[in-house]
Amino acid sequence: MFEANQLSVAIWLPIIGAIAVLATGNDQRAGLARVLALLVSIVTFLVTLLLYTGFDKASAKLQYIEDTPWISALNINYSLGIDGIALLLILLTSFITIIVIISAWKVIREKVAQYMAAFLIMEGLMIGVFSATDAILFYVFWEAMLIPMFLIIGIWGGPNRIYATIKFFLYTLLGSLLMLVALVYLYFAGNGSFALADLYTIKLTLAEQIWIFLAFFMAFAVKIPMFPVHTWLPDAHVEAPTGGSVVLAAIMLKMGAYGFIRFNLPITPDASHTLSGFIIALSLIAIVYIAMVALAQTDMKKLIAYSSISHMGFVTLGLFVFNKMAIEGAVIQMISHGFISGAMFLCVGVLYDRMHTRKMSDYGGVANTMPKFAAFMMLFAMANAGLPGTSGFVGEFLVILGVFQVNVWYAIIAGTTLVLGAAYTLWMYKRVIFGAINNKNVETLNDITNREGLYLLILTITVLVMGLWPAPFLDVIHTSVDRVLALSSVTKL
Amino acid sequence: MNNISADIQLAIPEIFVFSMACVILLVDRFTHERMPKVSFLLTQATLLIGFYLSLVATPTADSVKAFNDMFVLDGMATLVKLTIFFLTFVVLIYSQGYITERKMYRGEYFVLILIAVVGMMVMSSASHFITIYIGLELLSLSLYTLVAMNRHSDMATEAAMKYFVLGALASGMLLYGMSIIYGATGSLDVGSIRNAIQGMQSDEVMLIMGVIFILVGIAFKLGVVPFHMWIPDVYQGAPTSVVLFIGTAPKVAAFAFIMRLLVDGFQALAVSWSDMLIIFAVLSMGLGNILAIAQTNLKRMLAYSTISHMGYFILGILTANPNGYSASLFYIIIYSFTTLAAFGLIIMMSSAGFEAEEISDYKGLNKRHPWFAFLIAMVMFSMAGIPPTVGFFAKLSVIQALVDVDKYWLAVIAVLFAVIGAYYYLRVVKTLYFDKPETSEPISANIGMQFVLSINVIALLLIMPWIGVIMDICSDAISKMG
Repeated sequence: MFEANQLSVAIWLPIIGAIAVLATGNDQRAGLARVLALLVSIVTFLVTLLLYTGFDKASAKLQYIEDTPWISALNINYSLGIDGIALLLILLTSFITIIVIISAWKVIREKVAQYMAAFLIMEGLMIGVFSATDAILFYVFWEAMLIPMFLIIGIWGGPNRIYATIKFFLYTLLGSLLMLVALVYLYFAGNGSFALADLYTIKLTLAEQIWIFLAFFMAFAVKIPMFPVHTWLPDAHVEAPTGGSVVLAAIMLKMGAYGFIRFNLPITPDASHTLSGFIIALSLIAIVYIAMVALAQTDMKKLIAYSSISHMGFVTLGLFVFNKMAIEGAVIQMISHGFISGAMFLCVGVLYDRMHTRKMSDYGGVANTMPKFAAFMMLFAMANAGLPGTSGFVGEFLVILGVFQVNVWYAIIAGTTLVLGAAYTLWMYKRVIFGAINNKNVETLNDITNREGLYLLILTITVLVMGLWPAPFLDVIHTSVDRVLALSSVTKL
Repeated sequence: MNNISADIQLAIPEIFVFSMACVILLVDRFTHERMPKVSFLLTQATLLIGFYLSLVATPTADSVKAFNDMFVLDGMATLVKLTIFFLTFVVLIYSQGYITERKMYRGEYFVLILIAVVGMMVMSSASHFITIYIGLELLSLSLYTLVAMNRHSDMATEAAMKYFVLGALASGMLLYGMSIIYGATGSLDVGSIRNAIQGMQSDEVMLIMGVIFILVGIAFKLGVVPFHMWIPDVYQGAPTSVVLFIGTAPKVAAFAFIMRLLVDGFQALAVSWSDMLIIFAVLSMGLGNILAIAQTNLKRMLAYSTISHMGYFILGILTANPNGYSASLFYIIIYSFTTLAAFGLIIMMSSAGFEAEEISDYKGLNKRHPWFAFLIAMVMFSMAGIPPTVGFFAKLSVIQALVDVDKYWLAVIAVLFAVIGAYYYLRVVKTLYFDKPETSEPISANIGMQFVLSINVIALLLIMPWIGVIMDICSDAISKMG
């Protein structure tokens, strides 16, 4: 029973758990809600860990397949299945959710049950996105996720949260609905099926492919977000509560890239090759221009948000040079960025909870009062800049190596980010952590608590392990990346 | 034709409901002072028995005609009637408290609703212009009166006057169109008209003129742009319990009405009316969604949202093929149940002397009553068509119908307006969850009604695994049309 429905368990367990958490009622029983949420998230993580241990690394086929008829009138099925790429992203999702729940333990005091439940529901939906193999099922999970995120930013967010959350919602909705039209088009162009495997075999003319590619592009580029549709992200990040920022940066952004891997590359391979120049150009603009924008920020969260856009540029660059090493690099970069950006937002959260400001100019000299924190943040800042030995290095290095084989100039332009990334991250670090204490409040700061230390430590270990020994991560994606590459190099004309 | 008892057997549900309406009118004279509940209970019993009678009155063949071809019973008619019975039954449960508090708890209220139900049943089973018209007028005249039911309210009276004058004009248009068609084909029977048209040039000016007038009549009854002017006033002015009724069952009946007229009668002219419907659809989706943004009154906002939903609804019909018709039927059924929940919630939130009509009345509801806030939010997301609510599947079904007939641009326009639409639904959610409450007064509501409403809203979510079954029922009903 469990063996056959392991993915379904991973999807629905947190959602059902969320209902239980909601049932604890108002804030009088907040403690119970916290414990329950943590338990649910840990059990879910264990379930996804079992997915990893039971995964056959040598096989290129989808695994843990489930298939149940759902809407027979439109031949829509509840079908699930994962490859190595999805597996890593699912693990990332369940891992980050635990961290988010621990990080909100003391910080969120109002409507605790609702907050915890929103994150658990999101966890289930995100795992659903990564494991759906029916396009409509994918779409349902994809869009349903907007509702909890909308509420998270809107209820627990900063002063300008309503503007930010509505912008986030409408931006994403617009992109997704165009994707829906494209999916329905494919349904009629093919043999009346929404199963991804069937969509992969449909013959399409180049013109058709380009339209479909652009429709998918609208949905996924907004989510990643790529230049020039990135403007919702800094707003959403700045206003979101820490947990919301972490989930946004660590997982939601990856869904756009995952969409490219699952939809654009295999369904419209010829259009992907035709338009790869366009995507590469946008990626390079994101890498260089957005990194420069990040240099000019005065708000820490905004800076990390822009840094995320810049890092995600590496992912799209890696995907569209059609080189095995680059695609593997892109996937590793997705996972690694999940850990690092999550950690960076948590660090800002730690400071924000104490000082209630995100302006760098309000800080300075934090190292004097919070030495342990300064050490942790140092490591994450280095990882963000791509220091060898941390996970940030592996992905970027692989992408640059892969791109180098295709086009030297692309690699050189992308390589500038190693300088720019180091510049904005370290400059931020310097202004916040080092220097003389200008602000009286900094003098009275308390160093991190055990709870904060715990989740920062877990993340530190992960970042280091992934940087020093990336094999467990790379092993599971080799065959999957081969499959993606094979699907994207077969012409469908 | 000779076997009159067989004819009557097919129409037993209609005859039963109409007789009961007369009986309740009489009984109420004697009971309304001492036992006002009697009329209500009798009405509910009538609806339940009517539901059962319609369910068992299945014809021997897919489609059976009776009364000299004036009456037809087929799968579509049965499904529409069952939906109408069910919707009306729930509407009355929701309205009970509201009409008691506002002193409208009178026998006439129930009798008028039953007569409207008979009108809708006749509409869905009519296969002759005369029966179609009789059904429509039975419904409309009852609705005009219901809107004016609260006679101490100036707004209700104004709304009723507008509704009546414009409605009468539309009926006139419809009759005029029918008379032109009669002139062109020499018949009022839908089947004969269909045969007559097949032998004629499809661009015959007279036929097209007739269809145009009939379409205007339909457009008015549906409330699509540019014949939508009555909708906002009626929705805002009429008692909420009546709006609840107008917004649900008659919309489903309107589907049957369109099918009987356009599809049964004028399928051969589909090229002409399909293009006209495109204009209605685009204007309704556009104007409805954009004007809804400017509203501060929730009922008025929902009125504009209705206009836009009617635009989406006719997207399926204008494809002029069975796939599209069943998509529209599915859309309208889902829409009615969502509207049922929406106005049901407004009724529940309002109490004597407090109408809970302004969007700002809902500020910070999440702090005052999280469960109600959740229910309203789910209804709003369903109206906006965000999965996992059923509203999404309704949109999906009309979009696939459009793409099926290669109307890609229309599909893109439809989704673009859906994004605009999402904005004002989100604004309601924003008011519920993000704004600070102005009072901390606890909200009290009838437990029974809370329970039924909760089931109603949760069904909008939990029906998901079985949504395919509903789609199958719809396409089955369409395939069994005469």
